Amino acid sequence: MKRIFPILAIVTAALLSYGLYAAMVIAPRELTMGDVQRIFYYHVPSAWTAFLLFFLNFVASIQYLVRPKPFADRLAKWVAVFIGVACCIGAFVFPLPEGVEPGSVATTGIAITAIYFVIRKFFSEQGTDALAVTTAEVGVVFCTVVLVTGPLWARPVWGIWWTWDVRLTSTLVLWLIYVSYLMLRRFSSSGQTPVLAAALAVFGLLDVPLVYFSIWIFRTQHPQPVIGGGGSIDPIMLRVLLINWLAFLCFAFLVCWSRYRLEMMKREVEEAQAMEGLLEPGGVR
Amino acid sequence: MGDPIIVVTNLIKQFGRFAALRGVSASFDAGRLYAVLGDNGAGKTTLLRALAGLTLPTRGTVSVLGNPKLREVCRELGYMAHPSLLYDEMSGMENLRYFAKLYGIEDEARCADAIRAVALDPELSRPVGQYSQGMRQRMSLARALLNDPSILLLDEPFSNVDIRSAREMVALLAKMRNAGKTIFVVTHQALLLDGVADEFVWMEAGVIVARTAHFEPVEAR
Amino acid sequence: MSTVPPGVTRATLIKDLRLEWRSKDAINSMLFFALLVVVVFSFSFDPDAEESRQIAGGLVWVAFLFASVVALNQTWARELRNAVMDAYRVSPAPANSLFLAKAVGNFIFVCILEALMTPLFIIFYKLRALGPAWQLIPVALLGTWALVVNGTFFAAMSLRTRSREIMLPLLLFPISIPAILAMVNATTVILLGGEGPDTSAKFWIVLLGAYDVVFTTGCLLLFETVLNAE
Repeated sequence: MKRIFPILAIVTAALLSYGLYAAMVIAPRELTMGDVQRIFYYHVPSAWTAFLLFFLNFVASIQYLVRPKPFADRLAKWVAVFIGVACCIGAFVFPLPEGVEPGSVATTGIAITAIYFVIRKFFSEQGTDALAVTTAEVGVVFCTVVLVTGPLWARPVWGIWWTWDVRLTSTLVLWLIYVSYLMLRRFSSSGQTPVLAAALAVFGLLDVPLVYFSIWIFRTQHPQPVIGGGGSIDPIMLRVLLINWLAFLCFAFLVCWSRYRLEMMKREVEEAQAMEGLLEPGGVR
Repeated sequence: MGDPIIVVTNLIKQFGRFAALRGVSASFDAGRLYAVLGDNGAGKTTLLRALAGLTLPTRGTVSVLGNPKLREVCRELGYMAHPSLLYDEMSGMENLRYFAKLYGIEDEARCADAIRAVALDPELSRPVGQYSQGMRQRMSLARALLNDPSILLLDEPFSNVDIRSAREMVALLAKMRNAGKTIFVVTHQALLLDGVADEFVWMEAGVIVARTAHFEPVEAR
Repeated sequence: MSTVPPGVTRATLIKDLRLEWRSKDAINSMLFFALLVVVVFSFSFDPDAEESRQIAGGLVWVAFLFASVVALNQTWARELRNAVMDAYRVSPAPANSLFLAKAVGNFIFVCILEALMTPLFIIFYKLRALGPAWQLIPVALLGTWALVVNGTFFAAMSLRTRSREIMLPLLLFPISIPAILAMVNATTVILLGGEGPDTSAKFWIVLLGAYDVVFTTGCLLLFETVLNAE
């Protein structure tokens, strides 16, 4: 595994460089907004990466909570399977909102189920918690990028720094929730910190659909400019966007991997110290 | 009498780097009064809390009445600690009436009986916060006795208590032991239990180092 | 197997109300705080009647939010003193009964606060509801429960942290944002009145209801874990 890291790092650096080039040069100049629009190629992939990371945190937190309890564990597994199946069937049976393809809904459903079982298989109990910390931290970083690039984009285009549009506001709330999550982890002194943090993460992600929905209703009553555009997108722009997203994903993966290894090493050290305290009386408190 | 009522197997409790219990294995018989002794930090309180189900072991098991799930046998346990576990603003009887509800006990007479058993007056309307330390410890013991538990876990019941109250409590404990209850007393004042306790359990640095029938001060061992 | 004792929630609630009535600790400080908040807001935002109607929804709920935090921080204070929590945990009483009793107790306190602050706001801001005023009642009840149920839960979580008092709002505010949005908008819509389906408060009331159901369930499922965290 260790040998892959430098190779992956080089690949990521290459992708990021190419992505930058693509965003600045290859992508066509946007008609109404001009070159400022190119922030889009950083704003959107950061958002998708952040959401993915937070979703991973949610899955890791749920697993951490249910693993010690056999009944809850089985229930969670069935729910994960159900989501996958329901998305696959529902995508082709039910009418979907405008612009949403059945294929992407089905893929998302399968991805959710797959992620659940992959995490369950490859991460131990400690590992699940370390994964939760990692994804929360890296997710907050990417989320910060979204919240900074958003206003940077909005200001030249619409003359305002901030707008309460659905996506930006939901992202802000998500950011707030996860910063509070990180603060809880930092300020908590008990041995049950992972459990408390996992509970908070579950609450946080239950909250997000409600946030999105509430701001969506709010927006229909008070229309706001939409950052990020909507509707169809030029094929070349789409390609550049996806390249950048791939680059960001690789980068996120590298950072998460390093952070995860660091966290696991820290835990190993703590366990070794605890072992020491166990074997010799008068261990340091 | 003589069946193990509590069995502890390789009990380990760690708080980060500090190991409060470093592998305690023991079995305790029913109907006996155990005095748990040792220096500060020896793990006595942690052991008692583990027996009460208030602390989850890091490793190892605690089995009470043959059941490792302590939540299921909690009706048979009575717990008392150095804080009074009582509401300062309510009188003794009001406190006990509330805690009785937690055990599903509707009969108020049992509360009055428990208070009388510790030589206090059920009619006393003074809030517990205004009691002397001795009275407060005794009321706390009454609360622990409320559900008529078969196992009593008492952590430092005599600390800061005047000698007369302490002796009365010891006599009460002996009476309950003779009636068949199993009692664990963690204390620094082992002399009070000399001649009363069935066994002295000595702890040091998170393990049990000795179990003696008589109180022998450290230097003599 | 120990059977669950009945009436624990009720007994705990009555005990809490009685204790609060006797000491009047929390109620006094909360009342005074509530009055201060209303007065400070009135100095800071001194608009005429029409403008005040636009922002009153937000002002009132922000004031209630801060007053609730003061109340919520007190939730477990008595249980921590003298380690009464240990006595509860050792007994067969279920953790959820304790949670419900505390949440309902907090709900009652905060409702009392709201009942006292509202007339003051009406007076200072010369408020008058142009829409159906009765709708304010479900908004107030559902909104208050939304704040209180999560607040009681996070207050228990904060017990295991340093800087306990600041941890509670840090955890509570982000999660409560959809509920706050719903409360404020519903109140504003009702105060402003107006015709048309767009300006109905019903969406918001339904959203509040959904929020309450989701988070009450979450709290009940997770409270025992939080209570027994050391």
